[in-house]
Amino acid sequence: MDWGAIFGNAAVELISPTTAAYALAALGLAIHFGFTGLLNFGQAGFMLLGAYGYAIPALKLGWPFWACVLTALAASVIFALILGIPTLRLRADYLAIVTIAAAEVLRLIFTTNEFDAVTGSANGLSGFQTDLLALNPFPEGRYGFGPFVFDNRVWFFLVIAWIVVAIAAVFTWLIMRSPWGRVVKGIREDEDAVRSLGKNVYSYKIQSLVLGGLLGTLAGILFVLPRAVVPSYFQPTLTFFIYAILLLGGAATILGPIVGSIVFWVLLSFFSGFVSRAVEAGWLPFMSQVQAGQLRFILVGVAIMLIVVFMPQGILGNRKDLAFVK
Amino acid sequence: MLLSSETTSSRPVKTTGLHVGDAVPGAKKHDPILIADSVKRTFGGLTAVDIEHVEIPRGAITALIGPNGAGKTTFFNLLTGFDKPDTGTWSFDGRSLAHVPAYRVARMGLIRTFQLTKSLALLSVMENMKLGAKNQVGENLFRSLIPAIWRKQDAEIEAKAMDLLTRFKLDAKKDDYAASMSGGQRKLLEMARALMSDPTLVMLDEPMAGVNPALKQSLLDHILDLKASGMTVLFVEHDMHMVRHIADWVIVMAEGKVVAEGDPYTVMEDPAVVDAYLGAHHDTDLGTDAEHVEALKELIDDEQ
Repeated sequence: MDWGAIFGNAAVELISPTTAAYALAALGLAIHFGFTGLLNFGQAGFMLLGAYGYAIPALKLGWPFWACVLTALAASVIFALILGIPTLRLRADYLAIVTIAAAEVLRLIFTTNEFDAVTGSANGLSGFQTDLLALNPFPEGRYGFGPFVFDNRVWFFLVIAWIVVAIAAVFTWLIMRSPWGRVVKGIREDEDAVRSLGKNVYSYKIQSLVLGGLLGTLAGILFVLPRAVVPSYFQPTLTFFIYAILLLGGAATILGPIVGSIVFWVLLSFFSGFVSRAVEAGWLPFMSQVQAGQLRFILVGVAIMLIVVFMPQGILGNRKDLAFVK
Repeated sequence: MLLSSETTSSRPVKTTGLHVGDAVPGAKKHDPILIADSVKRTFGGLTAVDIEHVEIPRGAITALIGPNGAGKTTFFNLLTGFDKPDTGTWSFDGRSLAHVPAYRVARMGLIRTFQLTKSLALLSVMENMKLGAKNQVGENLFRSLIPAIWRKQDAEIEAKAMDLLTRFKLDAKKDDYAASMSGGQRKLLEMARALMSDPTLVMLDEPMAGVNPALKQSLLDHILDLKASGMTVLFVEHDMHMVRHIADWVIVMAEGKVVAEGDPYTVMEDPAVVDAYLGAHHDTDLGTDAEHVEALKELIDDEQ
């Protein structure tokens, strides 16, 4: 059994661009769910808009990368407003229903053959990173240290991703310690009470939905930079993984989503490496390689259940909160 | 009766001469702060509130009483924008409140509390208080990013909150979660929080419900303090001792309507009030209902 490779692959997930992208998406969800109490079950939809909002103008219109990022962000704001304006006056559950449905509608629109010329339907889009890669300061080749050996392309995306995550974390920290954050946290506890104190709850909820959605959209861009855009990435399970990361790290924390994402991906990689090699070595005779590929999700699920049962506040959450959870 | 509230604290000074003419339902006031006209709210077939005319006197403590289901809380919700009536006009300080959303009503200086206390459980007591302050620059998303813009105002708000918390004897709990406090303390916190915005009219929905007698006395004093500092108070309450003790004016509601108004001593004698609480036939002997007995007998005969 090659333990070195298993741990090496798991260690790579500590800093991989995908980990950063999931961390950022979870941070957006922390603004929604952890701080404001909005049940957004469509974070995958926001990420999809980031991915396609970036890739389509880059490929089809040849726009520079910054214009593509702005297009994605604009699409995200419009999506958030369409979802939020009718539902945020209603009870919290309605937003959950509408967001999960809207995210699926988006994914199916981008999957259908009807718009193949623009979206590439199920095959998706690739090669949209050219404009950004022209700015890559890393010299050609594969290098690194220990298990962290990547080519210059991955190093570039990795650095961008973590810089964006760091900026987003500082931004979220700044707004959540301000009076704005106080109002939003008050809305999470009891929106009628906050309304009775003269705050425009509806407006704050929309601001929060747009902000968290923007982080989700940026996460979508970071997620697809090292790969091609394929609609099947953006299934509802993506949203559930991000919820798992959020709960793992601590819902109303800034660093929780980041730590949660790292733990999630390291565990996932470790289990997948371990199980597939265990099958290879004949330790699990009742199991095929294909089944082994699915088992990792079961094991991650069990690990997350254990954490939620024995550490419901998450890794970085405040233990004190727990005493008062209704 | 050695230690009753009557002997330990001085009797509050009642404000009198609030009304014009007779103290009848819908009586005119010399200086009304809140006027409601033909406010009606139905839930399906049930008319919860149907008020022709009512005025709340300024600078006084008005009690809104009535049996359960009389529509007191619904009336509160209508006045504060938490619910919309089917018809009617109502104004606060001369400004119409129709179609004004709840948060704007609060900004106009009409602050309410809730029957089921709404403390913000996972916010500290101090954060609860600070949330009550009006016109905070840091509550704007873009300004919130630069602490230099809001820090000074926030410090002022904190000082004011500390002052109020000391008055309500909650200063020792300022860093605790609101969730860690007792029910009575939460009532105090809710009232203190309402005062953070310097309201002109404070509406308290059952401030005494579930509060122990010792805390009740201090809550009473706080309500009297509100009046002393020039605020108008309107409260819903079932505790008649309290109503008699501090209210300057009492409005009685039953089945959605105002059935009586007056000062607390005379209004309790009003037959309409006795009817509202006990039913109009409470002293009629039902045993000698000859007509029904005859009809029943005939029915039984027919069956045979």
